[in-house]
Amino acid sequence: MTFMPMVEAIRHALALEMERDERVMVFGQDVGKLGGVFRATDGLQDRFGTERVRDTPLAEGGIAGTALGLALSGLVPVAEIQFLGFAHQGFHQIVDQIARYRYRSRGQRPLQLTIRAPFGGGVRTPEMHSDALEAHYVHAPGLKVVMPATPHDAKGLLLEAIRDPDPVLFCEPLRGYRLVEGEVPEHDYTVPFGQARIAREGEHVTLIAWSAAVQLCERAADVVAVDGVSCEIVDLRTLVPLDVETIVRSVESTGRAVVVQESALTGGFAGEVAATLQEEAFYSLEAPVARVGSPDTPYPPFASIEDAYVPNEDRVVAAIRATVGWE
Amino acid sequence: MSPNGDTSTPLQILDPAGSLAPGAEAGLTDDQLREGFRLMLLSRMFDERAFTLQRQGRLGTFSPTRGQEATSTGVSLALRPETDWLVPQYREFPALIRHGWALRDVVLYYRGHPHGWPMPDRLLNVQIALAAQLPHATGLAWGLAHQGSDAVVVAFCGDGGSSEGDFHEALNFAGVLNAPVVFVLQNNQWAISTPVSLQTAASSLADRAAGYGIAGRCVDGNDLLAVYATAREAVERARSGGGPTLIEARTFRLGPHNTIDEPSRYVAPERLEEAEREEPLIRVRAFMRERGLLSEEDERAQLEEIGHTIDTAVAEADAYPPPDPAEVFEHVYATNPARLTAQRERAVAARSVS
Repeated sequence: MTFMPMVEAIRHALALEMERDERVMVFGQDVGKLGGVFRATDGLQDRFGTERVRDTPLAEGGIAGTALGLALSGLVPVAEIQFLGFAHQGFHQIVDQIARYRYRSRGQRPLQLTIRAPFGGGVRTPEMHSDALEAHYVHAPGLKVVMPATPHDAKGLLLEAIRDPDPVLFCEPLRGYRLVEGEVPEHDYTVPFGQARIAREGEHVTLIAWSAAVQLCERAADVVAVDGVSCEIVDLRTLVPLDVETIVRSVESTGRAVVVQESALTGGFAGEVAATLQEEAFYSLEAPVARVGSPDTPYPPFASIEDAYVPNEDRVVAAIRATVGWE
Repeated sequence: MSPNGDTSTPLQILDPAGSLAPGAEAGLTDDQLREGFRLMLLSRMFDERAFTLQRQGRLGTFSPTRGQEATSTGVSLALRPETDWLVPQYREFPALIRHGWALRDVVLYYRGHPHGWPMPDRLLNVQIALAAQLPHATGLAWGLAHQGSDAVVVAFCGDGGSSEGDFHEALNFAGVLNAPVVFVLQNNQWAISTPVSLQTAASSLADRAAGYGIAGRCVDGNDLLAVYATAREAVERARSGGGPTLIEARTFRLGPHNTIDEPSRYVAPERLEEAEREEPLIRVRAFMRERGLLSEEDERAQLEEIGHTIDTAVAEADAYPPPDPAEVFEHVYATNPARLTAQRERAVAARSVS
């Protein structure tokens, strides 16, 4: 076990898999000499060469589309999109092409490929750099959407993603790259998809989140714990596939749920979680399922007001109190 | 000639009357000519049958190749289907057939039968999103070269598709990666009803190659011999590590965009008449006649043979068992997630009680 920040855990996973499987190719903007703008690929080009770790032109559609072609050739691409907020320049390649390739070839041409993309706010990056747009991708059958919250899971889920026979969008919380640290085993391990993690056990309310919002929930849970409110925290880990069983079981035991997402509220994945709970756990609910998200506005272009935009402890605490206090 | 070769005057070897340009050679062997002519004839006859079937409700929407047969045939003859990859748009019927797509499966595909979705080796599926296949071709060529293969990838698109961002990204990536890929742009003058003059202010689409640092060529797309010569040169360049080529093949879509299009609303009759005089079958037929490679009797026999081949394929498709509706849930993922499995079970249960 080594204590490390999330970005280092991701780098560990990439190096481990490139060592183990010579078909793995890492490419994208600035992943070579620079080692990525967040250093997630630092040292990989020195170790594995310019043929396997390659800087590409600045074009998200080209990166995603060539990843598809590389996979068809028998290689295992791990492409980096520098920020998820810019991935829409390649949205049609990810959603219309990559996601449905297995289906439209009736299983003849599966795509074992991973697209890594950092996302999320709170680090003073301008506009699209901060967008949390994971919900746009869960609406693409054929694609898996993975959202690790801890360094341990980042390594295990990334190894699982690269080895998974289906295409994976692997979203990395850029706020957590250095801020979130934890113990990470040195050895090769995977974390299976579709198995949510109980980040904290509790009795009175279930907080459901993914990626950096998990730590936000932990901080909010600490605040209400002082008043004797016990929160169970479920880290979804993967949005597709969704672990319905774990969230339903938790809410059946607590009777109440607050779902926290970073993005604008309307159309976010919290809505899918809330709908699922009312379908699957209706008779256990003692209060309406609450959602916490950002307001339905674009991400503010001026960093000085982003703290007023993304969900913070106060908003999560208020939602927990309203839900627990519902009669 | 630009440093990249001529990108503004289309290369022509066989004129519309079927005469060789002075000093030119056929380039294709007699057997290749016979193979090419049969593919072109098959394509044209299948177009006609496809329209009939569509009107009878026995086929879905279909885009005919009519008028453009020489381009995809000439390019295909320059390929080795046993090693090379073909990345189609959707108007390259002869090339798809030469790459091994069985006629019965063509019918199943255009009927929407899931069993028609898999394709022969090294032939990608018909692509509905214009130019989206071009980055795939670049990545595929990059990957094959990385693994030490000498295979070449050929990708098709049209003049409409050349306006898409994917066209630019694919050619730019291919140039910088020196990928063994040939992009064939079939400029058939129309993107459904939009003429190429409203698609671009450029007088030559092949000129764009210079902007990507790759070779560019312009060819008469109705001339089987010129297309073959141009494609062969490009394929050899790619195979020997010389990098990608953009070929603009100038042709004319003689038929509608697809089975629901009505070109009389936008194509002037005199323009169509002129294009009909320059269409590709006339000249290759005349050339082969003159060389003694194709008598009238040969062609009659061929028409009969092809008609029978199409009849058989349609009959086989008719006899093919209809799809199980539950197949809609198959092959979304390697293993369906629990949610999708539950959806499938509900759908199957709902049908069994109705």
